[in-house]
Order: sequence, then structure tokens, then C-alpha cells
Amino acid sequence: MADDPQLTGLAARIRLRRGGLVVDLRLDVAPGETVVLLGPNGAGKSTALRVLAGLLGCDDGEVRLDDEVLEDTASGRFVATQDRAVGVVFQDYLLFPHLSARENVAFGLRARGVERSAARGEADRWLERVGLSSYAGRRPRQLSGGQAQRVALARALASEPRLLLLDEPLAALDAGTRLDVRADLRRHLRGFVGASVVVTHDALDAMVLADRLVVMEEGSVVQSGSPREVATKPRTDYVARLVGLNLLRGHAVGTRVHLDEGVILSVAGPAEGDVMVAFPPTAVSLHRSEPETSARNCWAGQVATVETHGDTVRVTLSGPIPVIAEVTPLAVADLGLRPGAPVWATVKAVQTSVYPV
Amino acid sequence: MSRRRRQHAAPAGSGLPGALIPLAVVGVLFLVLPVLGLLVRTPWRTLGDELSSTESLTALRLSLECASLATIVCMLLGVPLAWLLARGRFWGRGLLRALVIVPLVLPPVVGGVALFTAFGRRGIVGSHLYDAFGIALPFTTPAVVVAEAFVAMPFLVIAVEGALRGADARLDEAAATLGASRWYTFRRVTLPLVAPGLAAGAVLCWARALGEFGATITFAGNFPGTTRTMPVEVYLALQQDPTAAIALSLLLLLVSVAVLAGLRERWLTIPS
Repeated sequence: MADDPQLTGLAARIRLRRGGLVVDLRLDVAPGETVVLLGPNGAGKSTALRVLAGLLGCDDGEVRLDDEVLEDTASGRFVATQDRAVGVVFQDYLLFPHLSARENVAFGLRARGVERSAARGEADRWLERVGLSSYAGRRPRQLSGGQAQRVALARALASEPRLLLLDEPLAALDAGTRLDVRADLRRHLRGFVGASVVVTHDALDAMVLADRLVVMEEGSVVQSGSPREVATKPRTDYVARLVGLNLLRGHAVGTRVHLDEGVILSVAGPAEGDVMVAFPPTAVSLHRSEPETSARNCWAGQVATVETHGDTVRVTLSGPIPVIAEVTPLAVADLGLRPGAPVWATVKAVQTSVYPV
Repeated sequence: MSRRRRQHAAPAGSGLPGALIPLAVVGVLFLVLPVLGLLVRTPWRTLGDELSSTESLTALRLSLECASLATIVCMLLGVPLAWLLARGRFWGRGLLRALVIVPLVLPPVVGGVALFTAFGRRGIVGSHLYDAFGIALPFTTPAVVVAEAFVAMPFLVIAVEGALRGADARLDEAAATLGASRWYTFRRVTLPLVAPGLAAGAVLCWARALGEFGATITFAGNFPGTTRTMPVEVYLALQQDPTAAIALSLLLLLVSVAVLAGLRERWLTIPS
């Protein structure tokens, strides 16, 4: 099926207004590819997903799946949800509470006219694939969160969609189950021949599941690329926070970056023009007084917050350059770090990464 | 000491104001005594003879048939109506809902008169029926069904509407993403989900139809074998032979209690 020349994947151009939000995005997903829509709550990710599923029409746009036009506002074409080869895994799964796991998975086949015993046989094969053979007769309320998620996935895949949509597929799970289910989900997505779109606000889920990341904020795409690219070269403060990096903007001349805040940073690699500088909180050192060793990469600030993260401490600095530093508890005691305390910060040049805006 | 004892005398753990308890007891007695009276005054020895009279059996059969038919009519019309009220989005829905409930608060006799003005031989619809097909509804068995359905329908609509509101409408969306048509979704998802509510509504509807008196006697009259249902039979018997009326009442009571008790286990317990 993957060799089918007609499988071209998803090509969508969506624009619609929802309340005060204008959702505007282009989304192309190749067959076999998993694109993760990552963004804060209210960014319009789920709205985009509903448009792709046909549960919502857009004001202006076109949605194509392989050789089929699912929606085209110019020609007025709109294929109803039930006539699209699209499978959806909903955030809280929306399993049918009155049907067993097997009947839930068989539902799509039955709805499309597959005879009962054939549909059940197929459902059993899918349940086996997600490791739930022995739970076929159970009702959704007798399943754990992780099991329900797998049933929802099997149900969506059983009717062999060419586009798979997953809305926060891991959000309802506790941390322990999440790890296993995430790994399993990744395996199933890798094995799926059609295009997949996953919506999440969790950076780790996104990094693990995505072949390509599309970051949305306030209805629009702010960054897209491979997980590695996004994780190392964030383009907005939101993305930087999400991947745990500090992000500054400035103008580069060689290995010197003149920050918008007036400080000059010495960085690892040479660059020219307007750039972004990203570095991890561990690259920031804090000092009680102005360090004597080097005047570069150094500025004065004030401690805003001090929070413990595992066995390290995260210190947020306010001042001309707001950054987050990660230090040891010992340093907190030695430097007398508490909200309001004055402090000097330095950044290690080797740990910075510089890239054009 | 006496205060403490009085506290102990109160039911454990109940924080009820003491003044309510006597009134509650009176309330219980008020509900139980008439039923008790019926049981005490029942002519147990001659009960078999009283009930096996042809008139009683005819009336009972007619009542059961008409109440069941009326319930079916209510389900056929009431479920779509409930669906419209619960899921529809249109102007005047609140008004429609109020109209649906009118038979619930309308005195049944008024309901009977109203049915006349609509479906009587000179009614706004009935006159056309008569002119076109020679059909006259009043004083026929179908009129009994119509009267009972009119009065009992709100019970079903309210119960099903409540169940529909409780069922997650997003499940319909989930079904659509699986390729299910609206009708398939309604049959396989919506209807099974509201089944407990539908069953409860149907039982209430049936019980109300079985006991219908005012609208029935007004619109359908009192003809033995065609429109004389049990409640009418009981009323007539009370004028001539109170003992027979008591026996018939007991029968009606037993039928009602049996149905409610029988269905409670299977349908009325709502799964948690």
C-alpha cells in the first residue's frame, strides 16, 4: 500500500475564526510520516484537527488526502466526516461505554457494512496487535487508562484510515503508564502507512512521537522542523521554555553577539546579522560579585524565583536579560540566593548555539 | 442528663429538625392508609367470582391493550421529539418544551375536550378526516389510545430527554469518524445509551395510560368492550356495587405494582 503512487498524503490549507482566535495554517504530511502539532492550550491545534476530521468546516481553505479533495471552500466541496478515510483518537478516547472492547474496535467495520463475524475477527486481530487480546470482552469502564487508549487506537486503525488524527493521546494518563503507552504509540505510528497528525502540548510526547514538529501559537505556525532542530534551535520564548533552553536575540558580528539588551556575548560559532542565541540553564553560572576573570558574557541581575528541580535548583533572574540558571543547592546557600538578591550571571560560550532569525 | 437522653433518642446520625418527623410520619400514613384500606376491605373470599365476570375481564384486556398501544405511540413520537429537544438547536425550543409538558399539568377532562376540538367530528382536523375518509375518531377504541397517549406522552419525553442530555454527544462525533451514518449512530450508540431512561419513561408512560380516566371518558366515552377501560369500570362499579369496585381496584393495583417491580431489576436500575 505504501508503494501505491496515489498515496500522496495530506495537504491542507486551513483558515477559520473560532471565537477570538484565527486559526491559519498549512499542513503537509507525507504517507507514513507523523507530524506533531505542538502548542499551548488555546493555540488552535484541536480546532485544526477537527477541520481535518470534517467535524468543523473552515472559512477558507482546502484539505486534500491522497487523490481526494475532502474540503475546498472555493468549490464548496465538503466530504462529511463519516465518508472520510480518517481515523481519530480523541483526548478522552470516547469509547462507547455500552460496547465491549471488541465491539468498539469492530464498530467502524460494522458501520461500513462488514459482516458481524468478519468484523469481530478483524477486531480481535487488532486487539492482539495492541496487546489486549484477553480484554476483548471488557467494557470501557473495566479498562485502565492505558488499556482504553490502546483500544481507542485499535478502533481508529481498524477501519484502515489513510489519515490518523490523535488529539492529546497521552494527556489523560498518569506518568507511569504514559512511558509505556508512549513507546507503544510510537511503534504503531511507525508501522502506520498513512499520514498521522498528533496534537499535544507536552514537549516530551512531541519529541518522542514526531518525525516532524509543527509549533503553533495563537492560531499560527511559529516554527517547524525535526524534533532535534526544534529542541536545539527554538524560535520563540514558548518553544524555548518548552525545551528547557534560554533564548536571547541579538546582532552577530563574528563570534560576538550584541544582545538587544546591550550586553555583548561571546559565542561558540561565528555568525553574521540578526541571530538567536540559545543555551541551557546549566550554561549559566551565578556569582555574588562581578567576576574578575572575564568581562565577557557577564551581566548583573536580580533573583526572581528559586525552585528545586530534583537535586538541582532553578533560579530565574530578572533584570536586563531574563534567564534561567541551574545551580546546586550548595551554590544557593553559598551565594545567598533568594528572591530579590542581586547577582552576577555569566554564560559559558561553548554551550551556546547561534542561528539566524 | 435528660437532655443527653433525648439526644440519644434521636435517630443516630440524623441532623433532621425534630418537628419534621411527626409530619413525615403523617405523610407516610397518608400514602399508605388508602392502599391498606383497599387490602382490608377486599372481599378475599369472593374475589375470584368478582374478577372473573366477563365485564371485568373485558375491561382489563381493553385497558392493557390500549395502554400498551398508547405507550408504543408515545415511544414512536416521543423519542424523536425528545431527541429534538435535547440535541436540536433552533429558535423557540424552550416554548416547544413547555408545550410538550402541557398535558402533564392540564386537567385530563380538559385534555379530553381539547382532543374533541382537534379530532372530533367537527374538530379542526377531525372534520377533514370525516369529510375525506368518513373516519370519526371519538367514542372508538383508537380514541382511547389517542386520549391515553396524549396524557402520558410527557412522561416519556421528559425521561428520554433527560437521558439524552446525560449521554455524551461527542460519542456521536466519534461514531461519525468511524464511518457511521447518522441513522446507524442513532441506532447503535444513542439509543442504547438512553435505553435505561427510555425504559423508565415507557413504564411511567404505560402506568399513566393504564390509569387514565378523565380524558378517556370525555373523548372516548363509556362503551362496554370498546371504550370502557378498567378505571371507568371501577368508577361505574362504585355507584352500584362497591365491593366489586374494590376488587377491580385491587386488580389494577396489583398490575401496576407487578409491572413496576418486574421492570425495576432489569431496566430501572441505572448502571453506575
